[in-house]
Amino acid sequence: MNVKKEIAFSPEALALVHKLLSRYPDGKQKSALLPILHLAQTEFDGWLSPEVMDYVACLLNIQPVEVYEVASFYSMFNLKPVGKCLIEVCRTGPCWLMGAEDVVKYIEKKLGIKDGQTTPDGMFTLKTVECLASCGTAPMMQIGETYHENLTPEKIDDILGNYEMLNERVTHWDKKHIKA
Amino acid sequence: MPKKLLLKHLEVPGIQSLDVYRQQGGYENLKKALSMVPDAITEEVKKSGLRGRGGAGFPTGMKWSFLAKPPGVPRYLVCNADESEPGTFKDRYLMQRIPHLLLEGMIISSFALGANTSYIYIRGELMYVYHILQKAIDECYAAGLLGKNIMGSDYSLHLHVHCGAGAYICGEETALIESLEGKRGNPRIKPPFPAVKGLWGCPTVVNNVETIAAVVPIIEMGGDAYAAIGVGKSTGTKLISASGHINKPGVYEIELGVPVEEFIYSDEYCGGVRNGNKLKAVVAGGSSVPILPGDLILKTTKGEPRLMTYESLADGGFQSGTMLGSGGFIVMDETASIVKNLWNFTRFYHHESCGQCSPCREGTGWMEKILHKILDGHGEMKDIDLLWDIQSKIEGKTICPLGDAAAWPVASAIRHFRYEFEELIKSGGKVNRPAYATHAG
Ligand SMILES: Cc1cc2nc3c(=O)[nH]c(=O)nc-3n(C[C@H](O)[C@H](O)[C@H](O)COP(=O)(O)O)c2cc1C
Ligand code: FES
Repeated sequence: MNVKKEIAFSPEALALVHKLLSRYPDGKQKSALLPILHLAQTEFDGWLSPEVMDYVACLLNIQPVEVYEVASFYSMFNLKPVGKCLIEVCRTGPCWLMGAEDVVKYIEKKLGIKDGQTTPDGMFTLKTVECLASCGTAPMMQIGETYHENLTPEKIDDILGNYEMLNERVTHWDKKHIKA
Repeated sequence: MPKKLLLKHLEVPGIQSLDVYRQQGGYENLKKALSMVPDAITEEVKKSGLRGRGGAGFPTGMKWSFLAKPPGVPRYLVCNADESEPGTFKDRYLMQRIPHLLLEGMIISSFALGANTSYIYIRGELMYVYHILQKAIDECYAAGLLGKNIMGSDYSLHLHVHCGAGAYICGEETALIESLEGKRGNPRIKPPFPAVKGLWGCPTVVNNVETIAAVVPIIEMGGDAYAAIGVGKSTGTKLISASGHINKPGVYEIELGVPVEEFIYSDEYCGGVRNGNKLKAVVAGGSSVPILPGDLILKTTKGEPRLMTYESLADGGFQSGTMLGSGGFIVMDETASIVKNLWNFTRFYHHESCGQCSPCREGTGWMEKILHKILDGHGEMKDIDLLWDIQSKIEGKTICPLGDAAAWPVASAIRHFRYEFEELIKSGGKVNRPAYATHAG
C-alpha cells in the first residue's frame, strides 16, 4: 500500500508562520502567502507539490486555486522537483555583456545538463534567471541565499565542488533562519 | 571630494549594527523629526526638491501631500525594494551596507505621513538582505525605536519586511501592492491612485529605497540646503549603478550635475572604458530607457556637454536624448552588438510581461522572435520596419508602463543603430559585432 507522508511544517517553521501572519491586519492573512511559500520550499524538498500548496491553502484558510495561481506566477517557486543545489545564473543584459552566455555554457558542459535540467544524481539543477541586482559584479549566479559574483571557470569549479561536498539541500530561505 | 549624503558612513566598520550607526549620529534625525509637526517634515521634503529615485522622478513631497487622510482609516507607507530593473543594484548595496539608514528614513517618513504600520517589500532573491533588514528591525524594537511610543514620543509604528518571489513587474507600484496582498503581480488600473486606494484599499504611499533614505539627510540639513546641491530641478545626490564595459563597475553617489564624460572617464567613478576601447553606446537609466550612441551621451545635439541630471539626459527628447531613470548606467564598448543586446532585453520584457494587456503580452514576444530571426541570419529588410511598427503599437497602450519600457529600447536602437540591423540582415547574420561607427545623424 502506498502510505502518503503527512504534510506538516516543523514546529519551528510553524512558529515562524504564526509570526509572519501577525504582521498583517486581521482578515488580511493572505498577505503572508509569498513568505510562507518560501518557507514551504525550505521545509518540503525545495519545491511546491500540489499537496504542499493545498496544505498552505488550509493554513491560510484560502482556496487552493488562490495558492496555485500565485505559485505559478512567481519565478522563484518551483512547481517541479529540483536538485539539492539549484544554480541560478543571471542571463540579463549587463551580465550578458560580461560573459553570462559563457558561464551558462561552461556549467552545462561541466554538469552535462542543459538549462532547466537536473543531474541524474539529483545534485544540481541549472536555471537561467533575470537580473539579480548584481550587475556591477557580473557575471554572477545565485545558489540558495548566496550571491556568487565576478565568475570565472576556476571560481565556478570551486563553488560547485564545495556544494557537492556538502551534499545538503540549499534553499532561498535558508534553514538556519527557521530555528530561533 | 564630492558630497556624500547616503554613503557617508559606508566605510565605518560595523555600520550595519545599531550601536555603530548611533555612534555616527544615527537616529538623531529621527529624534529631530519627532519634535516637528508631521506636515513640517513634508514641507522640508518639498523644499528639498527630492524626486523619486525608483525611476519616474516624481517629486516626493508632492506625492506625500496627495495622500488622502480620511478619519479612522489607516494609511500605509510601503518601501519599494523590489529593485529588478536590469542595470540597477544601488538599493541592494545601500540596504546591505547601511540598513539603519533605510529604517531611520522609514520611521521619519511614516511619522510624516501618519502611518502606524509600514512595510518594506524586498524582492525574494535578496533573501540575505531580507534577513539583514529583519535583524536591524529587531534591534530597533529592542531599543525603543520601533513599536509603542518611539523615543518617548506618543508616536507608534510597526515596521515589517516582506519578501517577493521573483517578478520584475512587482516593482511597479500597484503590482507591488497586489503582491503584498498575497496575489499575482498584476498592475491595477489607475485611477484610483494608491494615494487614495492602495494597500487593502487604504491610502498608501509607495517610495523607492533611495528616496526614503534621502529623507534622513534632508531632515539633517534642511530642505533648502539639500536643494542647493545639484543643478536646477535635479537636486541632491543620486546613487548610480555603473556596469558593463568599464574599468570600475560599482555604485557611486554623485552630486546631480556631474558631466557624463567625467562620470565615465574619471578615476573617481567608472575609470574609463575597459582596455582603452571606444565607447559605443550607453543605456543611462536602467534597461528601460532609450539607448544612446557614445557621441550623443557625451554631448547634446547642440554640442553642450551632457550632465547627469534628469533634464540634461532628457535633452532632445527621444530623438536624441534619454532618461536618468533608476540610475542604472550600462556602458557598451566597441565590441558590443547592439542587436544582440536588444534581443536580450526584449526577451527579458517578454518573460516579465504580466500578460494582462495584449499589446505587451503578444508584442514583446513578436519582437523577440523577429530579433532572433535577424540574429539567426534569416532577417529581411522589412523586419526593421515591422519591429518599429510593433513597438509603436505597444507604447502608451497598456495598463502599466512595462509596455513603454519594452518599446523604448527597440525604438531607440533602430533610431540610432539602423545600420547595424541592416548589416546583419545583408550578411545573413554574420556581422554580429560591427566595428565602431559614430552616430550618423
Ligand atoms: C515595470 C516597472 C518596474 C518598476 N520597478 C521598480 C523597482 O524595482 N523599484 C522601484 O523603486 N520602482 C520601480 N518602478 C517604479 C514604481 O512604479 C514607482 O514609481 C516607484 O516605486 C515610486 O517611488 P519613488 O517615487 O520613490 O521613485 C517600476 C515601474 C515599472 C513600470
Ligand atoms: S544583469 Fe545580471 S545581475 Fe543585473
